[in-house]
Amino acid sequence: MITEFDEPIVRFENVGLRYGLGPEVLQDVSFSLDPGAFHFLIGESGAGKSSLLKLIYLALRPTRGLISLFGKDIATTPREQLPALRRRVGVVFQEFKLLNHLSAFDNVALPLRVAGVKRKDVNRHVAELLAWVGLKDHMKARPPTLSGGQQQRVAIARAVISRPRLLLADEPTGNVDDTMGYRLIHLFEELNKLGTTVIIATHNQQLVERLGYTQLRLDDGQFSVIPGRKQKAPPSEGRAQTAVETGKSTNSAADSRIDTEDTFRNPPNVENFL
Amino acid sequence: MILASRSDLPLDKDEHSRFLPWLIAFMVFLSILAVAGMLVLNATASRWDAGVRGTLTVQVVPSADAADDEARLNEVLTVLATSPEIAKYDAMDEARLIRLLEPWVGAAAGSADLPLPRLIDVELKPATDLTAAGLRKRLDLRVKGVTIDDHRVWLDRLVRMIETFEALALVVLLFIVLATIGTVVFTTRTGLAIHRDAIEVLHLIGAQDNYIARQFAGRALGLGVKGGILGLCLAAPTLWGLAHLAQSLDERLLPDIGFGPVHWALLLALPISVALIAMSTAKITVLRNLARML
Repeated sequence: MITEFDEPIVRFENVGLRYGLGPEVLQDVSFSLDPGAFHFLIGESGAGKSSLLKLIYLALRPTRGLISLFGKDIATTPREQLPALRRRVGVVFQEFKLLNHLSAFDNVALPLRVAGVKRKDVNRHVAELLAWVGLKDHMKARPPTLSGGQQQRVAIARAVISRPRLLLADEPTGNVDDTMGYRLIHLFEELNKLGTTVIIATHNQQLVERLGYTQLRLDDGQFSVIPGRKQKAPPSEGRAQTAVETGKSTNSAADSRIDTEDTFRNPPNVENFL
Repeated sequence: MILASRSDLPLDKDEHSRFLPWLIAFMVFLSILAVAGMLVLNATASRWDAGVRGTLTVQVVPSADAADDEARLNEVLTVLATSPEIAKYDAMDEARLIRLLEPWVGAAAGSADLPLPRLIDVELKPATDLTAAGLRKRLDLRVKGVTIDDHRVWLDRLVRMIETFEALALVVLLFIVLATIGTVVFTTRTGLAIHRDAIEVLHLIGAQDNYIARQFAGRALGLGVKGGILGLCLAAPTLWGLAHLAQSLDERLLPDIGFGPVHWALLLALPISVALIAMSTAKITVLRNLARML
């Protein structure tokens, strides 16, 4: 029986995107990502990285082609079902997109509140996660009063609080120094180990080369894949290998669901990465 | 859940919506006046209608022969007395007739040169099918020179006039509702434009349209209630003043605007209704606008 855990997390087939009557910013993009993948999305500024991510987190519709998310064709998915898909995707926006009138606590709590989680649970999880990312003393602070790095951690906490199956980060190292950038990447690696599929858009080639993960490359809208030297070992939980244009892995990830609640109860020492 | 208990959007900081309570207050004020006017007119029409329903006035037209007039009057009274549909009748004596005429014709009312008809107030039993025409036919068999007035002609004209005023008040009320809806739609759309980025974030983290719409609806309800209370505070002294004025003037000039509990409940329901209209309008506006987004 095929379960949702056997489906690719993301699948693009001949996807093209243009804004208005302009040229195509993405052309014939095809790939699929199995659960547990970790990829860098690279390319020069303006190559279409953000547009590709926007297509994945359903902020844009493709001009042509097919996109499926968690096995659902988004073109045929009724609009009222899209929020349920979006709740399974955590996004760290390039410019963070924190709500400046809300505290760090309320910003991180948003995904849980929109999902209708009980206040008691919201309070517990958010407090634990903020402590986990080293912002225990800044819960009531509003984003404009936080440093760039702190805002980034709030944005990351918001992206992961609802236990997303897919984490997208758009230039997460763009606003911080190299040291902080590496620490953030390590944080994403830790999250990936806990079962989250991760795509990080960056133009920091040095970082990408150093870490060695598979690269999704965009050059003027043309898509290609550069296999990485660092192949993720099949997780002991049975997570599927990454499959980019090479077909899906046969590994089932059905039994690899993360008990994030347990993770939050016993969080890894992420402070070490921050 | 109708309202979100908290708001993720800084709607309370919006400058453009600050005028909304005052605008709603004026709408509520006007609607209360319009409805109060309708209630007064309706009560007046009902009172007039109840006052003349089931009553007739029989008139024995005067002739040159006073003895004949008296004989015809007695004959009419005999017919009335033997009619089972009639509850009671009262022949107006001449002195009372003169008193009624005096305000109109002065001292001439008592002049022997002014022929006075003999009038008989007749009250029919409830649910009888005897009409003015039926009684007229019955009297005509026994007495000549008798007319019957059932007051319907002038009453119908008055009731028609009142109904016209009531219809106008309803139209005013409709315009008030439309103006309120238009204002709330405009304010809500402005709010949507101002908070577009925050709404996009809420959408992207999985918020349903309803979740966002509830926040606008809650804000509109709050402003509506505020405006409703303001409008009520403006309307209450106005109504009290009008009622006081009506009592201090000749009661024949102004209708009685003393309201019962039902009337007051209806007037109190107006600000609540306007607040609910504002809430529903905001919610529908947000849902319709969000439906156009991805």
